Amino acid sequence: MKKTYKLIDLDCANCARKMEDAIKKLDGVTDANVSFLTQKMTVEAEDGRFDQIMQQVVKCCKRVEPDCQIVLK
Amino acid sequence: MTRKEKKALGRILIAGALLIGLSLLRPKGYWALAASLVPYAIVGWDVLWKAVRNIAHGQVFDENFLMALATVGALVLGEYSEAVGVMLFYQVGELFQTHAVGKSRQSIAQLMDIRPDTASVQRDGVFVEADPEDVAVGDVIQIKPGEKVPLDGQVLTGTSTLDTAALTGESVPRSVAVGDELVSGCVNLTGVLTARVTKPFGESTVSKILELVENAASKKAEAENFITRFARWYTPAVVIGAVCLALIPPLFLGGWASWVHRALIFLVISCPCALVISIPLAFFGGIGGASRRGILVKGGNYLEQLAHVQVAVFDKTGTLTRGVFELERLYPAKGVSEAELLESAALAEAYSNHPIAQSIRRAYGRDIDPARVTDVKDTAGQGVTALADGAAVAAGNEKLMAALGLKAASGDDVGTVVHVAKDGKYLGRAVIADQVKDSAPAAIAALKAQGIRTVMLTGDAQAVGQAVGARLGLDEVHAQLLPADKVAAVERLLEQKAPKSALAYVGDGVNDAPVLSRADVGVAMGAMGSDAALEAADVVLMDDDLGKLAEAMDVAKKCGRIVTENIVFALGIKGLFLILGALGLASMWEAVFADVGVAVIAILNAGRMLSVKKE
Repeated sequence: MKKTYKLIDLDCANCARKMEDAIKKLDGVTDANVSFLTQKMTVEAEDGRFDQIMQQVVKCCKRVEPDCQIVLK
Repeated sequence: MTRKEKKALGRILIAGALLIGLSLLRPKGYWALAASLVPYAIVGWDVLWKAVRNIAHGQVFDENFLMALATVGALVLGEYSEAVGVMLFYQVGELFQTHAVGKSRQSIAQLMDIRPDTASVQRDGVFVEADPEDVAVGDVIQIKPGEKVPLDGQVLTGTSTLDTAALTGESVPRSVAVGDELVSGCVNLTGVLTARVTKPFGESTVSKILELVENAASKKAEAENFITRFARWYTPAVVIGAVCLALIPPLFLGGWASWVHRALIFLVISCPCALVISIPLAFFGGIGGASRRGILVKGGNYLEQLAHVQVAVFDKTGTLTRGVFELERLYPAKGVSEAELLESAALAEAYSNHPIAQSIRRAYGRDIDPARVTDVKDTAGQGVTALADGAAVAAGNEKLMAALGLKAASGDDVGTVVHVAKDGKYLGRAVIADQVKDSAPAAIAALKAQGIRTVMLTGDAQAVGQAVGARLGLDEVHAQLLPADKVAAVERLLEQKAPKSALAYVGDGVNDAPVLSRADVGVAMGAMGSDAALEAADVVLMDDDLGKLAEAMDVAKKCGRIVTENIVFALGIKGLFLILGALGLASMWEAVFADVGVAVIAILNAGRMLSVKKE
């Protein structure tokens, strides 16, 4: 499953890159993309555990870039 | 400026003023430290706070931490004003980056401002405003002059002209009447239209285009991937370099303070920000700018490939030619007028739905009273005979003429030949051919001028293919190809092309999806309203204009140039200052100035991609 989220206060391009790297390393994530320019994040992960994985993603982002917020719909 | 940016600017100005005051008053000893800490804290508290917080999260090579380390180091070494200055410039750079990137993002958003906000939909007999998302297929919507068409649909009432510029980059308005297809994202110019919605908003042309352009950022170009890989190694490498510089030389040479100072300069230029932001920005700007001209590029990688196209392969029908049969020429027999020949042909073909018959009737241009034509007999593989106004007319190939006992004239005609006879007399022949697009000759010439090998693939007969090829001046023509042969032909061309160059295949996207995906860059054209083409291709030309191909390549080349400039420039300056810093020839001031300057210039350079003016 692939989902796109809006990001708030993603302030630097290098942080976006670091977030992307960190999310890609998470267990169950097949692909991730953090776009500084569109302020959006796309996460592709296993269907069954998606919500659980997303919690990990949020935690991971908090760690890498605490200012940035993910808008979970 | 946003509120956040204004706040940052305020802090920079206050700290700057204090720094100037400080340099005039020149306090001594601990007073100097105390007085410097005030502007330092004002301008840099958030950097210090983030540094501490991120270290707690295990982020060692965080740019905040590196800046904090560099400036605190300077304070410890007694370089007070240097510490304040470096922090100040760093913040100026950050502010500028945020502002410039925000601006670019805004202007791209403006370029893509085709999303309709509301739709006027009929509910219980009256039109009410509604969110386009809430409008269902089959609903009736009204579009007044000046409004955007919110959803794809079919015109029920009214006639008008539409401005399609936002979708196709084409400034000539398109006229629509009852029954015509209405594409979302166009602007209604003159008359009030009502239309029946044919697709939900999520599948409408506008939604598809926006989705496509936004997703384009995720398909990264080679240059972007290079920068990402580079950034991953650059910061750690520079920091390790700094540590070595601070520790190793003083063991042999002494002078700890001076070497530590040089190491701090390394930390100041350790952030790869300029590159990490300016390269994607250039691609993003290029994709945004191209989409404004009616060229949709599905990813930075395709934009990059487009710049390297050395072989352009075209499908014939629908791409180089209009895919519509038109009467090319009439060859009346001796003593027969063209009008008589055409009328007899049109009468004979009055009931046929064959494209050839339709083209003859179109050329005739007048309605035919069905009562005039009787006894129509259609012989497969030969043609038609009928009684028209009491005369026996026949239209068909040579076999039909032979069956009638007539001798058909012949010439080196390119296209389909229809021979016509009336009352046992041969009237002459009509040649019907697919017409070359108006934009094709100039487009091919433009590609050839750039040294691009042009190849045409077609399923048509050799003679037809050769004739079109000769008229357009194509380098090669491969005719009589089945769809599978086209893939094989493209694969052969892919093997022949020079390494690092790319092959583009241009088709209509309807029945050549396998070839489109096989080519380095698959280009589909005339895609407005065609979902198949939007799906299959890497680059989509929204209208029928072949000239857009060269335009797309120009955008791609400009983008490639800017990306190269930025990489060379940013790496060059950073490398230079690493060397100068290590040799003790650069001050911390100069280093931060260079670092911020590189970022600013690279971002401004990337911003050039956003200009959409046509040359």
